[in-house]
Formats: sequence, structure tokens, C-alpha cells
Amino acid sequence: MRFRVSSMKVEASAGSQNMPPLLKVENLVKCYARRSLVGRGEELLALNGVSFTVFPGTTLAVVGESGSGKSTLASCLACLESPTAGNIWFEGKDIVKVEERVRRQLRPQIQLIFQDPASSLNPRWSVLEILLEPLILRRKFTREEMKQCASSLLERVGLSPDFVERPPTELSGGQRQRLAIARALALQPKLLILDEALSALDCSVQAQIANLLRELQSSLGMTYLFITHDLAMAVYLADEIAVMSRGRIVELGSAEQILDQPQHETTRQLLRALPRMTRALPAPEQ
Amino acid sequence: MASVLEIQNLQVSYRSREGILSSALAGVSFDLMPGEIIGVLGESGSGKSTLAVSLVRLLPRNGEIIRGAVHFEGQDLLRATPDELQQIRGRCISLIFQEPSLALHPTLRAGEQVRQVLAAHSAPGKSALNERTRQVFAQLFPEDADRISRSYPHQLSGGQRQRVLIAQAIACGPSVVIADEPTASLDSATQMELLAVFRTLRERMGLAMIFITHNPALLSGFADRVLVLYGGQVVECGPAATVLASPRHPYTKALFQSIPAIFEERGSGRKTKLPVILGDSARSSLPRGGCPFEPRCTERMSVCREREPSLVNLSASHEVSCFKYES
Ligand SMILES: Nc1ncnc2c1ncn2[C@@H]1O[C@H](COP(=O)(O)OP(=O)(O)OP(=O)(O)O)[C@@H](O)[C@H]1O
Ligand SMILES: Nc1ncnc2c1ncn2[C@@H]1O[C@H](COP(=O)(O)OP(=O)(O)OP(=O)(O)O)[C@@H](O)[C@H]1O
Ligand SMILES: [Mg+2]
Ligand SMILES: [Mg+2]
Repeated sequence: MRFRVSSMKVEASAGSQNMPPLLKVENLVKCYARRSLVGRGEELLALNGVSFTVFPGTTLAVVGESGSGKSTLASCLACLESPTAGNIWFEGKDIVKVEERVRRQLRPQIQLIFQDPASSLNPRWSVLEILLEPLILRRKFTREEMKQCASSLLERVGLSPDFVERPPTELSGGQRQRLAIARALALQPKLLILDEALSALDCSVQAQIANLLRELQSSLGMTYLFITHDLAMAVYLADEIAVMSRGRIVELGSAEQILDQPQHETTRQLLRALPRMTRALPAPEQ
Repeated sequence: MASVLEIQNLQVSYRSREGILSSALAGVSFDLMPGEIIGVLGESGSGKSTLAVSLVRLLPRNGEIIRGAVHFEGQDLLRATPDELQQIRGRCISLIFQEPSLALHPTLRAGEQVRQVLAAHSAPGKSALNERTRQVFAQLFPEDADRISRSYPHQLSGGQRQRVLIAQAIACGPSVVIADEPTASLDSATQMELLAVFRTLRERMGLAMIFITHNPALLSGFADRVLVLYGGQVVECGPAATVLASPRHPYTKALFQSIPAIFEERGSGRKTKLPVILGDSARSSLPRGGCPFEPRCTERMSVCREREPSLVNLSASHEVSCFKYES
């Protein structure tokens, strides 16, 4: 089945469609081959022809069942895995095929927040060192400015300045997750890929980070690829939602379309399984 | 009915590299009944994982249990010997860690990791061991159990890794499972399948659970009771249906306000900011003497600064620590 990429047609609410796309993915395929000692090797098609387009200043949410290829997609976009076939155009350059030298220049503009932050933060560094590293790489600031920047980032993700001297191993799961978010934001990438970045956070902190992401989008024109299992948050943050199943995008459309007229069985299943909570609460009085 | 786990006045602190102790749990008490599912909610950093690991004494090296007791089958786990603990962990009480990558062995296949847990606690023949391992994988991975069981952790997706941890935890048929965010990276459909697995275990074998989550909606229809932690203390505890539908503590109320609506109030939602609980609860900024939530509370009164509230009973089973409800 050919999939119609409807992003071309939908009126963008935040970004501008007059601009060329920031990211254009064409027929991306990722095959994990595995040699086994007995019998023949196995192959697993983690991505099986994925195509979509993201315009600057917009958010594309990617939802889908566990194992459908979301993190594999993220790794390919962040140049951590090389795709088996297909193209990834970032600002008009194919990052799969460009020379290493060009890729190294593009790399900092695409940041990935990993699904599992513990494995991406150096346990021997302090929180401050982890935050300063990307700033040092950017070589634009004095030490004083960097410290200021680091503490303002911490504040914005709701981490107390008391934490700066601690190693990440002495933080709670959600605090570590927020450190990973702050670190990615420090680089001010053009494209930020968030792989389940909010899922380890309580509702209030999730809301705080969601607000921050939206604010940065409108002030800096950031573009997000937001991988999540939380459909409510996807609807809240995204201009468009892509639904993945078994390595393919099976449905892509505006949040309203996905909610009101889900076309594919996977989407219906995800919607049916949504836990509901009756909320009979008035807003808290001020 | 006798409780299966009885937690009394549990106090836990972490020591900083300068040697200073800071409190993470400040006196937590509650009972878990056989077959009961208690949902634990609470802000990031409120002490949920600390509670989970303390119960089976798996605190990181700089964590210290200051006082308290955890009774399991007449034995205080906090005073058990390492050998006794080893026997209880995994077989009677198992823990599902919050971060799978920290808990799985990187160079062992998923199936082997589950087999080892089984082998450590029972001595059936090799074929029985393999059969049981196969069963557990089939239960958690209806579609590709074989492939997953032959994979190394790095070859699995986040949600698959999380389910391997769950397989380890339920393999030996424990009577208590302490699950720290076991579904955080699972899609809604897989989440529901997993809750069904837990429910079946409860019905068939009387499994009791302490289920830590940041998703209150997941608890409705699943948990029997909900316990809300704030700054290392229980601030609200009651029947799940009551707490979820009409929370009483100002913290619990504010927490539920932050969830974006999906089906309700549509259209209006997208452009508005989500409400958040302002400020943070880092220990150093907590007031001394008063209610720990006072600085951030929208319903504060003058008494809230003067002394700490204690838990008051709103009904036989619903407790809240807030002066609004003290008579
Ligand atoms: N290095 C690898 N070698 C072999 N198979 C892999 C490898 N990495 C991932 N896979 C497989 O590829 C599929 C897609 O994995 P991926 O991590 O992209 O899923 P996901 O959509 O992110 O799932 P989740 O929501 O559970 O995180 C899974 O079935 C996984 O087992
Ligand atoms: N090893 C450690 N050393 C020092 N402090 C720690 C350590 N682990 C946790 N803490 C601190 O103890 C407090 C409670 O942490 P805990 O991990 O129990 O929180 P949590 O409720 O599980 O949070 P989350 O939802 O973010 O996982 C936090 O403020 C955290 O910074
Ligand atoms: Mg993933
Ligand atoms: Mg935790």
C-alpha cells in the first residue's frame, strides 16, 4: 500500500510551509541481520520503507506499538545507525550519503534524547560538567556565561541548583531524564528528537517540560520529532501524528484526524486501550 | 486478614560525598494485603524508587536505612541476614527496577537471564527450567517470544527490555511484586496487556503489588488503593476510586490538573499552557517545621507554616495529611 503523506496538505499552525522542509525521509529501510551459530542467520526489518516530511518550527509525533521501529528511526536520524536503504534529507543535504566531514558539521544540529537516559549520561561526571560539555563544544562562551546558562537550563527543567555537584547516579530517574533534556537543549539544535523523553516524569513536570518545548518552538523556531506512547501528550504537542506498526508508518495526519477518524487498526487499538480517568475537578483556586 | 507486607515508619537517607545525610523517606508506614494492588503516585524525586529498593534492601551504596521495619511473614526484612534476604528476593518478593538498562546483564541473552533467576530459586530439571522460561516469554511476548528470548538486551526495544525485567520478576511466582514504573515506555495497547497479566497472577496466585507509576489514569480500574508521596512522606492514601475521582490533598489535586485532556475540552486545549505546580520540592528549599507542601500550595493557611500536619482519617480507609481536614 502506498502511503499518502498528508503533511503537504495540512495547514501548518506553528511553522511555515513556505519554507523548504527541515527533514525529509524517503523510503528508509533498516535491516538488522544476525548471524547465528546453528542454521541460517535471521533478518529483522526494523524499518520497512518509512517516508515523511517535517517543516521547520513544527512538531511531528511518532506513536506506535512497542518494537515497531520508533527508536530505530531516531537512531538513523541522529546518525547513530546507518540505514540499509533510503534517504534522509536534512536542510536539503542527504545525511546518509554526504562525506563524513559534512556530516560532522550537521551532527550538532540534530540532537537525540534517548529513551533510556541512564545509559547516555557519563556517571563519572557531575551534573554541571555534563551540562557544560556541549557549551564548551560550541566555543562561544566564557566560563561565567556557561555557568549561568547551565543554571538557567536546570531551573527551566525544574532541577534545583543543589544538584550541580552530584553525579547523575545520585539523581532520581526523573531527575536524570530532565538532565538529559537540559543537555540536549543546551546545544540549541535545529531538530530535537525526543524518544519517550517525558515518560519517566510525573504529570506536573511533564506539563512543565511540554510548556518549555512549546515556548522554545515559538521563540527559536525549534523543530521536534516527538516519539511517545502517550497519545494525549502527542495530541497536545504535535502538529501531526505518525502511527507506526512493524517498521512502517501506517497512518499520518493531524491530531484531530487521528483521534476522530482513525483509519488503521493499529491506531484504533491504541485509542481503545487508552486508560481513561474521569476528571471532576475544578481548577485549583488561586 | 493478615497483611503480607507491613511497612512501619521507614526512614531512609542518602549520604553525599561530603558525608552529609539528606532524607529521602521521612517515616512511611502502610500495609499491603495479600492480593492487593497499591498504586504509588508522587512527584519526581519524592522517594518512590527509594521506597521500592529499601523494601528489599537494594539501596545504592550511599543510601542508609535510618529506622523502621518491613515485616514479611513474621520476619523484619531490615534485620534479615544477607542469606535470608537472598532467599526471599526473587522467590517471594521481586522488584522491577525503573531503568531496564541498569538492571539487565548486557552480555547475556534475555532468555538466559530469566532462566538464571528460576535456577537460583528452584532446582527443577533442565527441561522443566526451559519449559517455564518459554511459558513466561510466551505470556509477555505473544508474538515473537522466541526471537526476544534469543536476543541480547541491546538488540531489544525499550519496551521489550522492560518486559524482560517483568519476566524475571514473575518467573518464580512471588507473592509480592514491587514494580517501579514497569510500563513507562510501553504503548497503551501493550500496557493494557501487561496489566491483564498482573491481574491474572493476582487472581490465580494471590499476587500482591506495589505499583509505582506517574500515570494516574493507569491505576483506575487496576489498583485497589492509591498512595501519594510528597517529599518522602505519605500525604494521601485511600481507595483508588475515591482518590482518583476526588483527591483531597492539594498536591494530589494539582498533580491531576496537569494531565493534558485528550477527548474532553478538545480544540481549546492545544494553544493553552498546561497547568503546573510551581516551585520545586528539593529538600533544601523545604520549610522547617511547617507542611512540606506549604510553599507551593494554593490553599495554604497560616497554620501550615507553624507545624507539620499529620494524617487524618476522612473515612475508615481514606487518610490525608492537610490542615484543611483537621477538626
Ligand atoms: N541492534 C538490534 N539488533 C537486532 N534487532 C534489533 C536491534 N535493535 C532493535 N531491534 C529490533 O527492532 C525492532 C524495532 O526496535 P525499536 O527499538 O526501534 O522499537 P520501538 O518502536 O522503539 O519500541 P519501544 O516502544 O518498545 O521502545 C524490535 O523488534 C527490536 O527487537
Ligand atoms: N544515590 C543517591 N544519592 C543521593 N541522593 C539520591 C540518590 N538516589 C536518589 N537520591 C535523591 O533522593 C530523592 C528521592 O529519589 P527517588 O529516586 O526515590 O525519587 P522518585 O520518587 O523515584 O523519583 P522519579 O519519579 O524521578 O524516579 C531525590 O531527591 C534524589 O535526588
Ligand atoms: Mg523505543
Ligand atoms: Mg524513581
